[in-house]
Amino acid sequence: MRGPARFRSMQTGWRWYEIVFWAAAFAMLVLAPSRLLLLNEIAIFALLALSLDLILGFAGIVSLGHAAFFGVGAYTAGLLAKHFSEHALLGDPTIGLGIAALTAAIIGFASSFLVLRGSDLTRLMVTLGVALIVQEIANRLDWITGGADGLQGVLPRPVLGAFEFDLYGRTAATYSLVVLFIAFVVARQVVHAPFGLGLKAIRDNRLRAEAIGIPVNRRLIAIYTLAAALAGMAGALLAQTTQFASLDMLDFQRSAEALLMLVIGGAGNLFGGLLGAIVFAIAHDVLKGITAQYWQFWLGLSLIILVLFARGGLTGLLRLLYRRVRPEAAP
Amino acid sequence: MTNPALETRALRKTFGGLVATDTVDFRLEAGARHALIGPNGAGKTTFVNLLSGALQPTSGSIHLEGRDITAWPASKRARAGLSRTFQINQLFAGLTPLQSVVLTLAQAEETGGGSAGLMDLFRSAGSNGARIEEAAAILENLHLGACLDKEIATLAYGQQRLIEIAIALAAKPRVLLLDEPAAGISQEERELILGVIGALPSAMAIVLIEHDMDLVFRFARSITVLVNGAVLTTGSVAEISADERVRKVYLGEGEHA
Repeated sequence: MRGPARFRSMQTGWRWYEIVFWAAAFAMLVLAPSRLLLLNEIAIFALLALSLDLILGFAGIVSLGHAAFFGVGAYTAGLLAKHFSEHALLGDPTIGLGIAALTAAIIGFASSFLVLRGSDLTRLMVTLGVALIVQEIANRLDWITGGADGLQGVLPRPVLGAFEFDLYGRTAATYSLVVLFIAFVVARQVVHAPFGLGLKAIRDNRLRAEAIGIPVNRRLIAIYTLAAALAGMAGALLAQTTQFASLDMLDFQRSAEALLMLVIGGAGNLFGGLLGAIVFAIAHDVLKGITAQYWQFWLGLSLIILVLFARGGLTGLLRLLYRRVRPEAAP
Repeated sequence: MTNPALETRALRKTFGGLVATDTVDFRLEAGARHALIGPNGAGKTTFVNLLSGALQPTSGSIHLEGRDITAWPASKRARAGLSRTFQINQLFAGLTPLQSVVLTLAQAEETGGGSAGLMDLFRSAGSNGARIEEAAAILENLHLGACLDKEIATLAYGQQRLIEIAIALAAKPRVLLLDEPAAGISQEERELILGVIGALPSAMAIVLIEHDMDLVFRFARSITVLVNGAVLTTGSVAEISADERVRKVYLGEGEHA
């Protein structure tokens, strides 16, 4: 398949590996009943990495402060669950999720104007600075956020009034995975549309993107806001499923980890963030079991190997492999 | 009286002490086939950058079909029907030629229709079959049919030069600025480009910036000569080729193109 026909199938239809991936992901809910808490965690990190991919992989905005939106979402959902646990509507996790997304989106929109221009270094510092400010504000507002002790007493109501959060993480993992899937479908639609092509065009050549009429700033504001909303949802999921929100959800390390997952998985294709989150979480889990203190050593080593020898990350490697097997069909 | 397609009034651009564009009054009629020539460093590309909005003028004004566009950003000018190519390739390295042209077509269509255009922005790019076929046709017309879905970064320079033009045409401009489209490509590709721009709609106003006088004389009906940022003279091809001053500053300079 070539030319127009190939283009059409690549930009619209679901590819076989997408279907396999999601079928496997949902099958895990049944196949791995003892690891549902890990699955929940993976889904949440995957959502965070996915949201980062939208701005980094597609629009080319590097960020070291994505945790700001994650944390804002976490506190928003946490506070709602804490103060409205008697309220059937405002206390519902899905409503909390929506309000958290909205709050993070507002912060994202407001700070997007700071990342419109400037070099990668400028953007790294600006995003880092915004995250530091947000974290310090959360720290100072300790009568609301609990400060360094974290937000206690987060008691989310059953999801949609029907599904109680259980000890084994069944509800949590299902809920997070469904939200991740919906977010993926939205992100997929956005990047496969002319809007997404336009983002890649801006990433590759801003001058030309403007010359073909793309309103570059408006597009960057839009995608930054959307990415912030999705990151806020990830944070909300974490606060709701772990019944806790703390300052480390806003931490630099959280931002760096999201970036790490994306680099491991490969940026700019939506799956990179998902794969990166899976590998990251499993490596964390397994390596911690073997060497509790030195797992970061292995993480660091594999990261260096990856960026030196496989810059496209895991998805880049897979693509290379696929090309070797079927030279004509490669995506 | 109809408005000219593109017009500048006392347009001026200085970089520090250097006057790159010196009080240029330029007038391009609808359907013009105009060449802009001048020795190296005459300010041709600066002038195009001012017209397209890549640079802001120091003073003076620019008018597109009667509207003052001096303060408009490049993207707004493009949406108003002004399209350009670049002397040095400015492409989307990570996209394919087909993606680039589909995107440009979608962008040009979006400009037309308000909320419908906004909806289209988020509809899968692959769902609009007619647009994809149109994009493929534009590329095939430039003999790029064999590399529709190869990453642009992996293509040869000559092919990239042709994609440069394909993207500019996909914007469906009413005014087209071609900044040395044939720079550094083979004779065969040069003929191809000449053929393609020769077949463009006659209502489109085209400005060709070019060093190759052979190409200029075959394409243009009128010529403006730029020297040191200022207009030396403007006239028909016959007038320009007979002009002694032009011979002295430019034509006599040799066959360096």
